[in-house]
Amino acid sequence: MSILGNTKAKVETAAPAERGMTMPAPHAKTRAPGIPFILKKALLSALVALVLFSLMVGIRTEAGPTGQLIYWTRFGELASLVAAVFGGSIVIELLRQWLGPTGVADLVPTSVQNAFALAGRLVAPALLVFTLLVPVIFYNQRYILDLGILVLTYVMLGWGLNVVVGLAGLLDLGYVAFYAVGAYSYALLATNFGLSFWVCLPLAGFLASLWGVMLGFPVLRLRGDYLAIVTLAFGEIIRLVITNWQSLTGGPNGVSGIPRPTLFGIPLTAGDDGLAARLGIEYDPTQRIVFLFYVILALALLTNWVTIRLRRLPIGRAWEALREDEVACRALGINTTTTKLTAFATGALFGGFAGAFFATRQGFISPESFTFQESALVLAIVVLGGMGSQLGVALAALTMIGGFELFRGLEQYRMLVFGIAMVLLMIWRPRGLIGHRSPTVYLKRAQAISSDLVKEGHG
Amino acid sequence: MSGAPCILSVSELTMRFGGIVAVNNLSFDAERFKITALIGPNGAGKTTVFNCITGFYKPTGGTMRLAHGVGSSIALERLKDFRISQHAKVARTFQNIRLFPGMTALENLMVAQHNTLMLASGLTFLGLIGAPSWRAAETHAIDRAKWWLDRIGLLDRADDAAGNLPYGDQRRLEIARAMCTEPVLLCLDEPAAGLNTRESAALSELLLSIRADQGTSILLIEHDMSVVMEISDHVVVMDYGVKIAEGSPQQVRDDPKVIAAYLGADEQEAIAVMESTP
Repeated sequence: MSILGNTKAKVETAAPAERGMTMPAPHAKTRAPGIPFILKKALLSALVALVLFSLMVGIRTEAGPTGQLIYWTRFGELASLVAAVFGGSIVIELLRQWLGPTGVADLVPTSVQNAFALAGRLVAPALLVFTLLVPVIFYNQRYILDLGILVLTYVMLGWGLNVVVGLAGLLDLGYVAFYAVGAYSYALLATNFGLSFWVCLPLAGFLASLWGVMLGFPVLRLRGDYLAIVTLAFGEIIRLVITNWQSLTGGPNGVSGIPRPTLFGIPLTAGDDGLAARLGIEYDPTQRIVFLFYVILALALLTNWVTIRLRRLPIGRAWEALREDEVACRALGINTTTTKLTAFATGALFGGFAGAFFATRQGFISPESFTFQESALVLAIVVLGGMGSQLGVALAALTMIGGFELFRGLEQYRMLVFGIAMVLLMIWRPRGLIGHRSPTVYLKRAQAISSDLVKEGHG
Repeated sequence: MSGAPCILSVSELTMRFGGIVAVNNLSFDAERFKITALIGPNGAGKTTVFNCITGFYKPTGGTMRLAHGVGSSIALERLKDFRISQHAKVARTFQNIRLFPGMTALENLMVAQHNTLMLASGLTFLGLIGAPSWRAAETHAIDRAKWWLDRIGLLDRADDAAGNLPYGDQRRLEIARAMCTEPVLLCLDEPAAGLNTRESAALSELLLSIRADQGTSILLIEHDMSVVMEISDHVVVMDYGVKIAEGSPQQVRDDPKVIAAYLGADEQEAIAVMESTP
């Protein structure tokens, strides 16, 4: 453990030194003090703020009682905002000159960094143990349990998308399509044919995977931004098909009465054949929630285990190699078409599982649950967590979903706080919470690879 | 040409990009277990020939035959790029190094053994359950990677990111990565570019040993004449997309056409220059 700690510190200290070597000129320039420079910068910032906020804050419009447009001006607020930007800009510039252009590595002593690295190694097991104990600790708090299930669903979705975006480097903006296919597969198979959850789960995964391959084929020629746009469109197509194919999916009314999962055929209900009655204990609706919690936890851990396993297999290495350099992959005889398709299919498989779980948990699904916003949220989790990092994605899901709930007390400022938090995170950790990459195979010791070297992929 | 055991025979290869003819009716043979160098001034079309041979470009015309086994051959112009490495066993390196910078040196060599390992892992399924046959294959692959790392003197840096290695090491690692695909023909695009004298000498030694020990034929693009003259068995000279000379290093060096092409002078002047210097 301490070995890894040292290497991490080494990697982090090496990066700024290199940067300093390659471009010393801007380094020196930002150091240059001077009141006119600071004032000029602050004035520019204030001007930008004035232009931006003059319409956003300065004029307030609303629909009047008869439907006409009424508006009034709020120059006071506008002035205070611009003044705040002006003052803030001066403070930031002074702070920057005071501290100098230093990285985190210079500010934090090595011993503290090592301690952090050690703590970082313990985060994953600690988090796992805590998650296992959540239903025990919070048994009486339904809200926490529901939130836990929600977070775990997004952890699973994040891990699934991580295969496509993080490992293979294929930017997929339509991941919700697979989630929807999984959910509707289970919902329709269960309500029409009476199949049980455990039979439908693999089927839902398989069907989502099939859709992944179908989506993969036409988009394989596209790279980067173009790929992102087409996957976005595919996500929307699925939603529109579901909305309009009324005879099969019930259209906007959705599918209701989706059966709940059973424990090897034993339902978790209050009836005589229910689990509680068979075990001879008193029935409590929380039992079902706890059961759902462990089901999604098991599914998420399965996703994690398979992904970690796949990374160490040739297919996983090929995904990462594809992200690093596609041309080199082809020169080494790797069939990039099938490699990309397997990435899409694997990601879709986990999306399908998560979808089936979502359907059984909600008992009711409609196209409204599968909007682009979901895709964006899952993608944000992957990017924020650090592409390719399993722990990072889990932490990001916890922060994004759990943290968002945490800010509920702030009411309308919730989005603002959230936005600021994300901007700050992107400034300090531009490659996500856990940006470095750990090698899949090593001879002597696994050294973390700095995020400066790892490519993001472009198609 | 006739009777020689050719590994690769290129005939009447033509590559056009719109109105530009990058390679025009080029024919040459590369002999088995020999090092063939392709030289010429900048923009002569050497890399285009390489891209045609390795499938990155589809040639406008001509044929490229790779001898395989006894009497049979593979038409490279009909294969897709990744198949050329997979089936025809032609490996290549790039003029501007194309390693996987975020992966370790060892991982780079493991990726190169993708097709063998993919089969061994039962198309991933056997590998997923950790079957013993897969584990054995993986150990074998790591051993092969270790052998090559040792061969190029990078065993100590096996766990370092490829992007962190010095330039010369990256060049050698790229050659080792190409060799891990077990090629019959290795195409090297300017392997000595950017190397110092000592590194160039080590590279020459490495290439000669690859030819001797692995029995791999080598096709080489190079500007560093000391390397070309030292290790090549046969040299093909190109200029403006056509072959202007061919022969042993000695023959090529004394060819006035070649000197003219390199000096940018016309042939008569070159002959005059040559005659004035004994």
